[in-house]
Amino acid sequence: MKIVGLSGSIVGSKTRTAMNDVAMEIADKYPEVDFRLIDLADFNIQFSDGRNYLDYDGDTAYVTKELMDADAIIIGTPIFQASIPATLKNIFDLLPEKAFQDKVVSIVVTAGSSKHFLIPEQQLKPILSYMKAQVVQSYVFIEEKDFYRREIINDDVSFRIERLVEDTVVLTETYSNIRKAKEEEYGF
Amino acid sequence: MNMEKYRINQNEGLEFGLYTLGDHLPNPLTGERISAEQRINEMVEAAKLAEQAGIHFFSVGESHQEYFTTQAHTVVLAAIAQATEKIKIGSSSTIISTSDPVRVYEDFATIDLLSNGRAEIIAGRASRVGLFELLGYDLRNYEELFEEKFELLLQINENEVVNWNGEFRAPLRNAKVLPRPKDGSLPIWRAVGGTPASAIKAGIQGVPMALAMLGGPVSHFKLSIDAYRESLIQAGRDPLDFPVATTGFFYTAETTQQALREYYPHINEGMKYTNGRGFAKQLFAQGADKRSVMLVGSPAEIIEKILYQHEQFGHQRYMAQLEFGGVPFDKVMKNIEIIGNEILPAIKKYTAKK
Repeated sequence: MKIVGLSGSIVGSKTRTAMNDVAMEIADKYPEVDFRLIDLADFNIQFSDGRNYLDYDGDTAYVTKELMDADAIIIGTPIFQASIPATLKNIFDLLPEKAFQDKVVSIVVTAGSSKHFLIPEQQLKPILSYMKAQVVQSYVFIEEKDFYRREIINDDVSFRIERLVEDTVVLTETYSNIRKAKEEEYGF
Repeated sequence: MNMEKYRINQNEGLEFGLYTLGDHLPNPLTGERISAEQRINEMVEAAKLAEQAGIHFFSVGESHQEYFTTQAHTVVLAAIAQATEKIKIGSSSTIISTSDPVRVYEDFATIDLLSNGRAEIIAGRASRVGLFELLGYDLRNYEELFEEKFELLLQINENEVVNWNGEFRAPLRNAKVLPRPKDGSLPIWRAVGGTPASAIKAGIQGVPMALAMLGGPVSHFKLSIDAYRESLIQAGRDPLDFPVATTGFFYTAETTQQALREYYPHINEGMKYTNGRGFAKQLFAQGADKRSVMLVGSPAEIIEKILYQHEQFGHQRYMAQLEFGGVPFDKVMKNIEIIGNEILPAIKKYTAKK
């Protein structure tokens, strides 16, 4: 199973801090999973101009290919101006329309205010559904007060990350088994 | 009704063609890929067999990215022109956006003379865009490059002496584009993708349309064909003067189940290489339904589907893509044989004027 963690912003440290915890949780509980964390801050991604993702080069080609090859994607995102950051939306724009078909996608959100709680529900999930993802319904919503410097200090958040990782792995296995059984039925 | 200009004789019924994109992919069953040399020579061989089987048209596409081998598609077509005598030959498609229409016309008019008047152009704008960088064009001009160059190509076809001004090519002053094709002009088609918007452009322009149908219901593509004919009428033309061609995946074997089983790995793996995403098995399974455009099945089911599509579309040519994704040549030969022996006689029987 290949899981990609996507830290969707190029500024700040909180989303990356949360995604580091996701990475540690996977390494600890599911060492057999091929996991890699892609932090957009480490890459130079160009804006989507509508071409097929195979026609980009450099970092853009690398990141899009990693995402397309994944069985599951855990998206980490901050909330900017009551929405997802442009850097994350650009990743979606770079990918084909049905890019997330047969993939499980789960969400970790960091936000400066509890008022942003419904933003992933209303803005991120519709994009993921449109792109055919099997979305893990519950997301982890983390607020400013849950961090102290580069650490999560709210135990409840740590438990929620554990549950999110477990749900992601279990659902990916489940969907993959269901699909396999169904495809065998077709007989070709 | 007058499609003579496009060398279509409707009394003969629906034309059947074969086309290749020129893909050069491993056979997913063995993991092995034949050499580019073998691949293009097998295309010429397939064209000869198609001619012997009574197939009406054979075409080769231009693609410049990895996993393709007909970058110089006009050269391959010239070889086919020499190897055959009757079958009509063309491109599927020629990427006019990144070529000089004068050179394209010179090439195809020459192929037309070499082939005793059998050459046609289907002009498209590329679904993959690596060739823009390779050939020195700016992707931002994707739309306009196609429209301007396609218009120029049409002008060259209609006029022996051309005066022309545009943005993407030096002007032409009393330019004679030579040689001229055998019958004075070439059939030039516009390649159209899946949306009615693109079909409407072909109608406004007043050119024949070649419609790509990868998968989906017949009714979906009928919308594009209806929109095309409606826009022809709105532009003051008669739809009866303009042929429509459809293209799609084709594979036949003894039973439909066998055809699905043999062809699916090629489509699925081939799409991964060329488009970056496989072909969902669920969709492919639905492709066997009569209402779906994909022609994968037993000869009897394929005949039934072609006739159903002909009834719905009223099209003049169907073009089959049967060798995509590394289908081995013995299977290609077998398919051509079945087309010639079983499918073509049935199509002729039901669609030709008696």
